[in-house]
Amino acid sequence: MNPETDNRLADDLLRPVLHTSRGFYIAVALFSSIVLCGAATWGYQIYYGIGVTGYNWPVFWAFHETNFVFWIGISHAGTLISAILRIVNATWRRPVTRCAEVITAFALMIGAMFPLIHLGRPWLAWWLIPYPSERGLWPNYRSPLVWDFFAINTYLTASLLFLILPALPDFALIRDRTTGWRKRVYSILSMGWHGTPKQWHRLESAMHIMALAIIPIAVSVHTIVSFDFSMALVPMWHSTIFGPYFVAGAIFSGIAALIIVMALLRKLLHLEAYLLPLHFQNLGKLMLTMSLLWGYFVFNERLTIWYGNSPHEMTVFWSTQTGKYAPLFWTMVLCNFVIPFPLLTIKRLRSITATVIASCGVVVGMWLERFLIIVPSLSRKAASFSWGSYTPRWPEIVIMVASFAGMALLYLLFSKLMPIISIWELKVGQHPQIKSAAKVQDAEAAGELV
Amino acid sequence: MAVDLDRCTGCEACVVACHAENNIPTVGPTEAARGRAMHWIRVERYWEGEFPDVQLKFKPVMCQHCDEAPCEPVCPTYASSHTSEGLNAQIYNRCIGTRYCANACSYNVRFFNFSSPVWDKPLHLQLNPDVSAREMGVMEKCTFCIQRINTGKIEAKAAGEPLKDGDIKPACVQSCTANALVFGDLNDPDSHVSQLSRSPRGSKLLEELGTKPKVTYLQRESWDERSEYEPDRAKSSTK
Repeated sequence: MNPETDNRLADDLLRPVLHTSRGFYIAVALFSSIVLCGAATWGYQIYYGIGVTGYNWPVFWAFHETNFVFWIGISHAGTLISAILRIVNATWRRPVTRCAEVITAFALMIGAMFPLIHLGRPWLAWWLIPYPSERGLWPNYRSPLVWDFFAINTYLTASLLFLILPALPDFALIRDRTTGWRKRVYSILSMGWHGTPKQWHRLESAMHIMALAIIPIAVSVHTIVSFDFSMALVPMWHSTIFGPYFVAGAIFSGIAALIIVMALLRKLLHLEAYLLPLHFQNLGKLMLTMSLLWGYFVFNERLTIWYGNSPHEMTVFWSTQTGKYAPLFWTMVLCNFVIPFPLLTIKRLRSITATVIASCGVVVGMWLERFLIIVPSLSRKAASFSWGSYTPRWPEIVIMVASFAGMALLYLLFSKLMPIISIWELKVGQHPQIKSAAKVQDAEAAGELV
Repeated sequence: MAVDLDRCTGCEACVVACHAENNIPTVGPTEAARGRAMHWIRVERYWEGEFPDVQLKFKPVMCQHCDEAPCEPVCPTYASSHTSEGLNAQIYNRCIGTRYCANACSYNVRFFNFSSPVWDKPLHLQLNPDVSAREMGVMEKCTFCIQRINTGKIEAKAAGEPLKDGDIKPACVQSCTANALVFGDLNDPDSHVSQLSRSPRGSKLLEELGTKPKVTYLQRESWDERSEYEPDRAKSSTK
């Protein structure tokens, strides 16, 4: 291996970890204050009750649950994409995987907050844990919310492992290149990594096992999130298509989030030499596939309901197609399909800017999708006398904004802890043998050899 | 329970009695307009026909105590669960406020304490000591006045006599001036409520959903068929 490239890689990618600019502090201060506002609002909501939000009878679920599904969806960015790319051994994945895995870990933590935030008595949330209680109180395993609890905890554990395992060699690199308190911290973090052949071999097998294991976990998590809705006897919730529909939507929004984050990192940390247009194009193609799949699911769902013509479902159906929620529904179609489709299909248009524009659309569209699944159904249930409506009030909006600020804050702080691009994986990619194989793959991916 | 819609006058005495009996908070006009009013029993109004030939129909709706209650399996803490007698119970102390039960309920008869309960003066002086007040963040709903059922059973046991049909009356039944509401034991085939539940006038709310509600609504097929209505048909058909 060329020691010169080696050093250049390490210098470029460790710079954000070891050197902090003034902009960083300003950004951290800004995002922290927004997160604090959100925390204070949550405190206000706990003290005065869910009544401070726009929630009402019969719309008992709205913004908090939308955000829950949205963030859990975003979390499918990472691990799932990086696991698939690892398994198929796509060489262009190397600079992308860690950004994606970090999104997963943080989006999952933020998403898992919302079931707590939405509770009427959040201080009793621990009743979902099956522990030997002297009161004989045991969680109800028939409830999809209990399934959620286990699914999310499993996924969080797995994705943290999936993030930390391949970070060990990089922690060791920082340990070897620093002195003082940093050296001590990273000695602990690197868990005795010395790069012996045995350790490399074990890391490789562990990553292989994790990559294989995390795909079914990720699929099950969003299927179970969809079960929160499809298990209830509510018009347009009680659907067999929800499992795969939610998983497809989750990966779709996850890729969009990944593209946005990558573009920001590229600009802010000056990673133009590492995050190439090729990466955005490849992810753009993946996103196009998911956009088509998502459109296919929505079409299927809507067509069968329209054809079945059951009165309770048709009420909800028309309220989203032509009624009160139609503007939101057609905005969603615009954002998730009409805008991304040409931008990602036409090769000449598929630039970094275009994929970022498409991704921003998809993130908005997928948020609306979750809102449109939850609220119209609840406001038009079978008992027509008790129809209702929902308008958000400031607390749930502030908490939602704070969740986005929280994501940005966690990501910023994380970029100080760990190089956001895996250094050792890039180095492996520089190996002459792998490099020549990669060239062929990349050329194929760019469509040059076909 | 059986509800005779042909008898209901829509006076809402049942609603008031229910509030008083079960310590249901009043939320005030602002919160009520936001959809936070709590009425364990409500009287729905339906206008039928074209002006000037209009008729008004009333339908008192409370928890239907479904045998296949959609609210029960979704509760993560068993706050919503079936009693051995077939009641759909709500255990307030176990409720953590996910509100999933209220979403799953097809009848929208579950009510959430969106804020701390208040009783305008002098209502705070007349709270029923037999019924626990619910705190903020807890779901609540009609219990068929389970405190009266339990008291009735204890009194009958103390007197050494079996419970008679009609001994136990929930507040709404007791206050119904038109005798439109009938409560009793559906497991006893001879009880008044069992006979009414087999009436050809009877139907269940949203029966097609398969929730097996325990409340029977009695109603002539159409108001125009008033002349054909025979009051005794219900009784003779039970044979």
